[in-house]
Amino acid sequence: MEFENEEKYMARLIVLGGGVSGHTAATFAAKWLGSSHEVVVVTPNSKWNWIPSNIWVGVGQMTKEEVTFDLAPVYKKAGITYKQAKALGIHPEGNESSDKPYVVIESTEAGSAGKVENIEYDYLINATGPKLNFGATPGLGEGSNLGEYTVSVCTADHADHAAHELQKCIEKMKKGERQKFLIGTGHGMCTCQGAAFEYIFNIEHELNKAGVRDMADIKWISNESFLGDFGVGGLHMKTMGYAVSSKIFAESLFTERGVEWIIGAHVNKVEKGKAHYELLDGTMGVEEFDFSMLIPPFAGVGLKAINKAGEDITATVFAPNGFMKVDANYAAGAYENWKASDWPSTYQNPTYGNMFACGIAFAPPHPISKPMSSPNGTPINPTPPRTGMPSGIMGKTVAHSVCDRILKGENAPLHEASMANMGAACVASAGKGLFNGTAAAMTIYPVVPDFEKYPGTGRDTDYTFGEIGLAGHWIKHILHHLFIWKAKLKAGWTLIPE
Amino acid sequence: MKHEEKNIKAYSQNFTTMTPGPFAKRMRTCVLFQIIRFIVINLKMLVVVSKSH
Repeated sequence: MEFENEEKYMARLIVLGGGVSGHTAATFAAKWLGSSHEVVVVTPNSKWNWIPSNIWVGVGQMTKEEVTFDLAPVYKKAGITYKQAKALGIHPEGNESSDKPYVVIESTEAGSAGKVENIEYDYLINATGPKLNFGATPGLGEGSNLGEYTVSVCTADHADHAAHELQKCIEKMKKGERQKFLIGTGHGMCTCQGAAFEYIFNIEHELNKAGVRDMADIKWISNESFLGDFGVGGLHMKTMGYAVSSKIFAESLFTERGVEWIIGAHVNKVEKGKAHYELLDGTMGVEEFDFSMLIPPFAGVGLKAINKAGEDITATVFAPNGFMKVDANYAAGAYENWKASDWPSTYQNPTYGNMFACGIAFAPPHPISKPMSSPNGTPINPTPPRTGMPSGIMGKTVAHSVCDRILKGENAPLHEASMANMGAACVASAGKGLFNGTAAAMTIYPVVPDFEKYPGTGRDTDYTFGEIGLAGHWIKHILHHLFIWKAKLKAGWTLIPE
Repeated sequence: MKHEEKNIKAYSQNFTTMTPGPFAKRMRTCVLFQIIRFIVINLKMLVVVSKSH
């Protein structure tokens, strides 16, 4: 091990993770801090991935090269120190010989893979994203590795593999062999139903295009207690003078496209061509498939925290699910007691004020959807989504706070961005052509319902809406190019909102 | 455009939902209407974004 401490820098900010939240935090921090201070990004990946477009890769409408780019040249341009490595542990109090906090990282770069290094920091932003916990469901995978029976669209490589498997099914259908498709969530505690929702309708679209739709049985399986929950307890959208539940919209879309659904399902085992599941009413079932994409549950990446005496304080810094504790109310208790104010606004760790967590890496106070379990005691409910637009806003907010503390002093007030005061835009699009695609475009405000401010639905129905049509499809295309442009720090990138 | 509701099966899981008719479906791909919706949706999204920062 070697310590790195460069005296020329007044302050060093380390950002763990180079996804939507981490990349946003690091690039804005580098811009605001200038060259007088150092921003370091630690991420095991060499490429940035615009994850929402993985869906198009997963049906062969885009290549993985179109949704990824190399991080190194972008960070070089931004003056960011880039470490292609995974973080192993945080020492927020330093160690016996120094009070300076540091992070232990292990290189994942070809040529130096496995090399362990300590990097000291003044401020730390934890934006590692999740561990894709395929191993939580027997047969779905091992640890964070995808298994052999199903496919995934969580990474560009996974999506590329999914597209090849889909093509094999299409070839079989063209030869007259009927195929069963099963898409959804692979565990009772999954999030990201939106990604699976988008993928199932992209598959349906592609099968229509290939002229084999009549040879396919397509089925949805998810841990939502009702269709259209999406991990946010559903939403009501204003249309035709009514505030209409997302359940009605989702069921309508599934019906229109001839897709059946299984909801309230915890997939507890996957075998070749079979998914075993338990329902909220306690019944057990098996669904057969020829092609299946099941989203894995998320967990923290397994970072350890160690104090000055060398004792493990992981349970102090992180919640049991491995996500970092922040300024949330973790003692809200039962669903009936939940409030919008339970949700964090500054993302500062309560124990160590120079540590923050944003994006998926922060520990939410509780789910957004009402917790449910089967009579057997199996919890079956979506966990809260914290991806996309909220992730980017959190990253920028936290970077703002850290930069203020570095530039204005350690008592500078922190910036706030609670998911209970934050909206999100979601566009689920199928097809890639300008005039033959279709999309469901939705906005939700706020992401976390505030039943005190908006009695009844918990949301502002002027800004919570959804509709199907070409317009959403065009928006999805524009967002793809806009966000990759922004992430590459091309001209005017700061003008593009998160 | 007959049998728009053919996917609904009596007393199956989709019997209680709504289903779009031919007009609603046509408007989804009507370019002129969708250009207007594109502007409206973008403006609404911009308001949501500005309220979120």
